[in-house]
Amino acid sequence: MNAVVVENVGKIFTVARRGTVTALEDISLVVAPGEFVSLIGPSGCGKSTLLRLIADLDQPTTGAVTVFGKTARQARIDQNYGIAFQQAGLLAWRTVAQNIELPLELHKVAKPVRRARVAELLELVGLTEFADRYPEQLSGGMQQRVAIARSLAESPGLLLMDEPFGALDEMTRERMQNELVRIRKETGAAVVFVTHSIPEAVFLSDRVVVMSPRPGRIRDIVAVDLGGTDVRDENLREATGFFATVSAVREALHGTPVDAVRGVENR
Amino acid sequence: MTRARPIIFGVVGVILLGALWEIYKAVGPATGVVIGGITVLPRTSDLAMPHLLTMWNRLGEPVLSQPGSPPLWQAVVAAAGFTLGIAAISWVIGVVVGMLLAVLMQRFRTAESALLPWIILSQTVPIIALAPLVSGFGSQLPNWQDWMSVVVIASYLAFFPVSVGALRGLESPEQAHIELMYSYGAGWWTTLLRLRLPASVPYLLSALRLAAASAVIGAVVAEVSIGLEGGVGRMMVEFASASSGDPGKPWAPIFGGIAIGLVAAGAVALLGQTLRKYRRTEVAS
Ligand SMILES: Nc1ncnc2c1ncn2[C@@H]1O[C@H](COP(=O)(O)OP(=O)(O)OP(=O)(O)O)[C@@H](O)[C@H]1O
Ligand SMILES: [Mg+2]
Repeated sequence: MNAVVVENVGKIFTVARRGTVTALEDISLVVAPGEFVSLIGPSGCGKSTLLRLIADLDQPTTGAVTVFGKTARQARIDQNYGIAFQQAGLLAWRTVAQNIELPLELHKVAKPVRRARVAELLELVGLTEFADRYPEQLSGGMQQRVAIARSLAESPGLLLMDEPFGALDEMTRERMQNELVRIRKETGAAVVFVTHSIPEAVFLSDRVVVMSPRPGRIRDIVAVDLGGTDVRDENLREATGFFATVSAVREALHGTPVDAVRGVENR
Repeated sequence: MTRARPIIFGVVGVILLGALWEIYKAVGPATGVVIGGITVLPRTSDLAMPHLLTMWNRLGEPVLSQPGSPPLWQAVVAAAGFTLGIAAISWVIGVVVGMLLAVLMQRFRTAESALLPWIILSQTVPIIALAPLVSGFGSQLPNWQDWMSVVVIASYLAFFPVSVGALRGLESPEQAHIELMYSYGAGWWTTLLRLRLPASVPYLLSALRLAAASAVIGAVVAEVSIGLEGGVGRMMVEFASASSGDPGKPWAPIFGGIAIGLVAAGAVALLGQTLRKYRRTEVAS
């Protein structure tokens, strides 16, 4: 069963005194189980809106969103997805461990089970020593890792991430990308990932969805061809297949051919 | 060090105030400073402005000259304890009512627009006008006592900062946190307990401090308006009128009132210490 099916979805916002904004128009997208799909496109093209529709934080005006064969609403209630945003959004009065524990606590998971799971997740994001720290005592990158651990707490089959590394410096960002690749391999979750960075999208994804604004539409979907390997590591960042795909995405984004190997556009 | 600082400042402030009092008394004109018929600064006679030492010594002497009368300080401590008790009950009632109103207003938008104007308006009614109403209504109930009327008035003053402060606090969580709870399928009640209440603590603490001050002032003033015996409020009025030849005496219940305020503020500060972890704020990443 597919992780996400978006069928002919449109979203129109009604803004007081300024009429309506068509955020999305006729969007159709299928995300297979375990597949990593990135959404990329200029600001305001509806990436966050699409993600929010999948998460049932908003409802589509037309069309339907299905998550693991259920309505988005049911999938939210059943905790079929984990979500992470650009801001870590940790609760300041909870320690790192307690923040990760929050969804488990809310869903009445037994305490010993919770303990074990939190320990596992801390290990996964490399923050075991920081379990009892408070968010304010962590760097931005560490906070973001806590947020990712929290989104993984209930072992969801689907991860929704809206520019989770957007606020990080380049070095931390690359490290986090490597970690995400590893985490995803270990958990086997499907991921819908919003980003502004072409290399980031290509490095992480099986497919890159390129969107265009006003109204928000899917312009193109670029499959990432790693040129034979399926190992995403530091070497991939230097591989020719990587650059070729980066160019392909950039062309789709700008709508014009760009010189093939022109180095990396960072954001 | 950082914790001792406010105490040091407080003590220095009190010493400065005392020094100012004695200096003005020593150098100020005996008739006071009068501008255009209005007394701007008081007369410096021993009657109008007794020496600090006079006030202090008076505390050790008996309340009345009759034999068997307890020392003044004992009477003041007893009266202050009485008023503090009334203020504490009023504070608790005010906090409970204020919190309930805040939760109600947070839950229902219409409740907010229906209640908030009345809550604000309620505070414009002067106690003088309220006192006879409250005791009038109370006297129609069985077993109603005067101290209950004082409690009603003091909690009437105390609930206001709590309802307004708590409402702000309950509405303080960011949209992202509210959506996070929603994404967990958490209902209103769970969101209240796990997100809104903890997030409201910093707002709540300052509201609780204000409520403590309101409860103390309300209790003292209402004692006078209702005519309740036993507290410092009534004592202030009694001593002021009956002691023209005893200038140190009226100051004793005033010090008692100040002591109540300090104890109340200290109690709230202690509460703030126990809720320390909720006062952290997340640094932007
Ligand atoms: N709640 C809302 N009310 C009204 N308009 C909205 C709302 N949310 C989004 N929009 C509009 O919908 C469009 C798409 O917004 P969205 O946030 O999805 O863009 P985005 O692709 O995520 O942009 P960015 O890259 O800047 O995050 C924008 O024109 C935005 O103004
Ligand atoms: Mg966005």
